[in-house]
Amino acid sequence: MPILETIGLEKRFGGILASQNVNLAVEQGARHALIGPNGAGKTTVINLLSGVLRPSAGRIMLEGRDITDVSPHERVRLGMARTFQINQLFLDLTPLESIGLVVSERLGTGADWWRLVGTKPAVTEEIVEIAERFRLGDVMHERAAILPYGKQRLLEIALAFACCPRVLLLDEPAAGVPEAERQELLTTIENLPKDVTVLLIEHDMDLVFSFADRISVLVNGALFVDGAPEDVARDPRVKAVYLGEELSA
Amino acid sequence: MQKRSGEIALYLKRRARWSPFEIAFWVFAFATIWLFPSKYLILKDTAILALFALSLDLILGYAGIISLGQAAFFGLAGYFSGLVAKYGIINEPVIALICSGLVAAALGFVTSFLVLRGSDLTRLMVTLGVSLMLGEVANRYSNITGGADGLQGVDIAPIFGLFRFDLYGHNGYVYCLVVLFICFLIVRRIAYSPFGLSLRSIKGNTLRAAAIGIPVKWRLVSIYTVSAGLAGIAGALLTQTTAFCSLDVFSLERSADLLLVLIIGGTGYLYGGLIGAVIYKFLQDWIANLTPQYWQFWIGLVLVIIVLVGRERMAGWIRAVRAAAARFGARVAPRSAALGGVASDGR
Repeated sequence: MPILETIGLEKRFGGILASQNVNLAVEQGARHALIGPNGAGKTTVINLLSGVLRPSAGRIMLEGRDITDVSPHERVRLGMARTFQINQLFLDLTPLESIGLVVSERLGTGADWWRLVGTKPAVTEEIVEIAERFRLGDVMHERAAILPYGKQRLLEIALAFACCPRVLLLDEPAAGVPEAERQELLTTIENLPKDVTVLLIEHDMDLVFSFADRISVLVNGALFVDGAPEDVARDPRVKAVYLGEELSA
Repeated sequence: MQKRSGEIALYLKRRARWSPFEIAFWVFAFATIWLFPSKYLILKDTAILALFALSLDLILGYAGIISLGQAAFFGLAGYFSGLVAKYGIINEPVIALICSGLVAAALGFVTSFLVLRGSDLTRLMVTLGVSLMLGEVANRYSNITGGADGLQGVDIAPIFGLFRFDLYGHNGYVYCLVVLFICFLIVRRIAYSPFGLSLRSIKGNTLRAAAIGIPVKWRLVSIYTVSAGLAGIAGALLTQTTAFCSLDVFSLERSADLLLVLIIGGTGYLYGGLIGAVIYKFLQDWIANLTPQYWQFWIGLVLVIIVLVGRERMAGWIRAVRAAAARFGARVAPRSAALGGVASDGR
């Protein structure tokens, strides 16, 4: 059984069909990449999966459970977290506070209103661990707004990772990261624990082919090709799409 | 790792500690009881306004919910506390005060669901609408509320059966100040808690807050309810200390004044409402003494200047003055300047 599955997923914006009949199956522990030309509807799929958008039709199943009507924060509790293509950070908070929020929310102490922040050793220990893993240890007390872009990007991913997801959705994690900070980011992504299932959206084909063990190609909102990287690389239709030729799906 | 975690816990705890400024603020606040015995009336009004503004700061400064309808809670609790005293249902003022707060909080809980939806503009209109409706209900049932004449014949029993509300307003002021302080302690505790931090995250980025598992809706419902309760306590204080309640507790002006207070004092650092209330009340008093007819002109001018110049820039000037003082101090006594440098680093 796939850990994450969509059945006939569809999203309309007025007259535009942003996703049509998407049947995506992500296997447990997979490094699954979702690729496609600009405007193919990749981010729409992530938004549907994470609950930011509601589908016009179709179902979403997480570990065999129908989560189509589950709210975004509840999906996090069920084990699925995401990052955003454009950083969505708490600009006035520090990495320490931001990661702390996620950790205490997951441990069920996020609604404590009478306890001071920082008085649960379990939370602070995890914050340190996550900050070290994402190389944020040296900027723990800086406001997110003033961090260098590469660090912001790491924080963006750290926040999703701190949710301890079984399924992690990464929306173009390397987008806009300067060359100097790029390797740091890629190493961090490659070092994610093997039991975490990753669905990756990416434009960078080098990253996709070095990272993914399965690739789905999305064109005009519909799944076009789905298979192992070697098969997808050889597929003439995919080459055609990336060369900009029109092809009817 | 263990050591680092301990350091962080210590850092967070230290940040929540009372700063010298805070201690000085409250020492002075309580000292006013002995310092200005002739000013009890305006001091008492200031304390009530400060509590009222604190309630708005809690939702505006921490959760990012703008409201023009805090008067709804202020007014409801004001009438509630007046009525229970008038008909002898609850005689003890402190218990009546707590009950009034709970009634206002209940209204806050119910109306929070209207406020959660929509943009800032919608929120302004919905909150304003709720308070206008309540005001009109109070007007309609004038047989209970006294209508335009106000609620007459309210007799407030002594606090704990010991402290009577005296003519000079001494006990009334002390009562208001103590209640303000207790409410402030609660708000401060919330602000430094994980719950308070999650509110700031919602204000900063609602989309992301939901994406890291924060139940945004319930957090906002909770804080709106607490805020309504505090506004209610402020309203009940006004009724109890004046033994009177009139329809203007629901007025738009009351809610609008509150926004002015927060514009003057700033939001999101706990003291904005308190400092703003002090400046607003005493500015009003001072200018009204100078030009009894046109005092609102000067209040308006001050507001325009504050908004145009911007509090950020004013804070910058204050920092510049401090830095200059530190430099000056460095020439006089190098050691104290080093200490000053460390202190200013902590913001």
